[in-house]
Amino acid sequence: MKLNTNSNLYTFIYSAVMVIIVAVLLAVVSQALAPKQQANILLDKQKQILGALKVDYSAGDPAEIYLALVNDTLVYADAEGAKTEVYVANLNGETKYILPLSGKGLWGGIGGYLALDADKNTIYGVNFNHESETPGLGAKIVEMPFREQFEGKHIRNAAGEVVSVAVLKAGKHADGQEQVDAISGATITSSGVSTMLEVNLAEYAEFLKCENEKMSKCENEGKEE
Amino acid sequence: MLSQKTKDTLLGPLNANNPVVVQILGICSALAVTVQLKPALVMGIAVTIIVAMSNVIVSLLRNTIPMRVRIIVQLVVVAALVTLVSEVLKAFAYDVAMQLSVYLGLIITNCILMGRLEAFAMTNNAWDSFLDGLGNGLGYAIILVIVAFVRELLGSGQLLGFQVIPQWCYDHGYENCGMMLMPAMALILVGCVIWVHRSINDEKK
Repeated sequence: MKLNTNSNLYTFIYSAVMVIIVAVLLAVVSQALAPKQQANILLDKQKQILGALKVDYSAGDPAEIYLALVNDTLVYADAEGAKTEVYVANLNGETKYILPLSGKGLWGGIGGYLALDADKNTIYGVNFNHESETPGLGAKIVEMPFREQFEGKHIRNAAGEVVSVAVLKAGKHADGQEQVDAISGATITSSGVSTMLEVNLAEYAEFLKCENEKMSKCENEGKEE
Repeated sequence: MLSQKTKDTLLGPLNANNPVVVQILGICSALAVTVQLKPALVMGIAVTIIVAMSNVIVSLLRNTIPMRVRIIVQLVVVAALVTLVSEVLKAFAYDVAMQLSVYLGLIITNCILMGRLEAFAMTNNAWDSFLDGLGNGLGYAIILVIVAFVRELLGSGQLLGFQVIPQWCYDHGYENCGMMLMPAMALILVGCVIWVHRSINDEKK
């Protein structure tokens, strides 16, 4: 018997069966690969945090090095209940705080990790990532020459207020805060980094509100997980 | 070893019937992923695999597909394959998947796929369709690699991420051509490739 492949019934059944087969196939694959994908995402995050801490992980297993260094997570909730996480690392006996960052670049999201010294003021290192900035221009935010500029800068002014670090074109001068040079040809990505630092540091107000001297009191406030 | 027809099916799209420079298909992604060589290579490979596989699947199904919904059926096959490839890349080559980001998903909209399915796989057997898909994917990949080679070399002085233009060139006043990093230059380069390709092929005739 020759099937009439143009009848309505045939078309309906064909479409329905096809969609079900494809849906089941994709669901199974997605379920099967999910643990591996989650592990990749976690490993990527750990590598980025190690990058912000300027730890060379090429020799060993990044996950192991990470677990040996980063031993605590402080969770803060503001008045609206929005949670911010701060990672605490112990690097050669010194405490470093790692603050996750996220913001917007030219074409898509940018993010990164900011490692602060124990004084919650001096930047120890930064690491940036981006989704789709222009290679050779905006994408240079992930490269060392740009990131190195941040090292040793202070996020507070002389009065101890958190003012962030500005990313500005060479020649321009920021009032009352420290600055680094923007990437020429990537103005929007550079100012995106600047805005990201400013906005995110404001979100960490709860963590940053007490400076070094009152540290012991503040540590108790962060719920440890 | 290969018959003339098989040869034409496989090798035709690489030159005389190239999907990008002759049929002007798949231009959008050719502009988007050719800033550097590595994503262009991966994109070329991904498209080749997906065209070949979707060609085979649609060719096997071609006698059962209801004519009125054939485009939708083709689209579902392509979309399922693209999703599979993207899931597998995320699990086993996370860095590459991140680099291709949204363009991997956009393979679905690559005109080469629908074009080959509609024009070839719907009327030919599975083996020929496989060769046709392979040929067209590689034809696309070649153009991507040519454009990406020029753009990465002149735009950032690198190839596959390695610095190839030595520092002393920069010290003597050489500068990377920032224009090369813009999508517009990719279009102009594709135009140049088409120009060269046409003038060579016209001479042959």
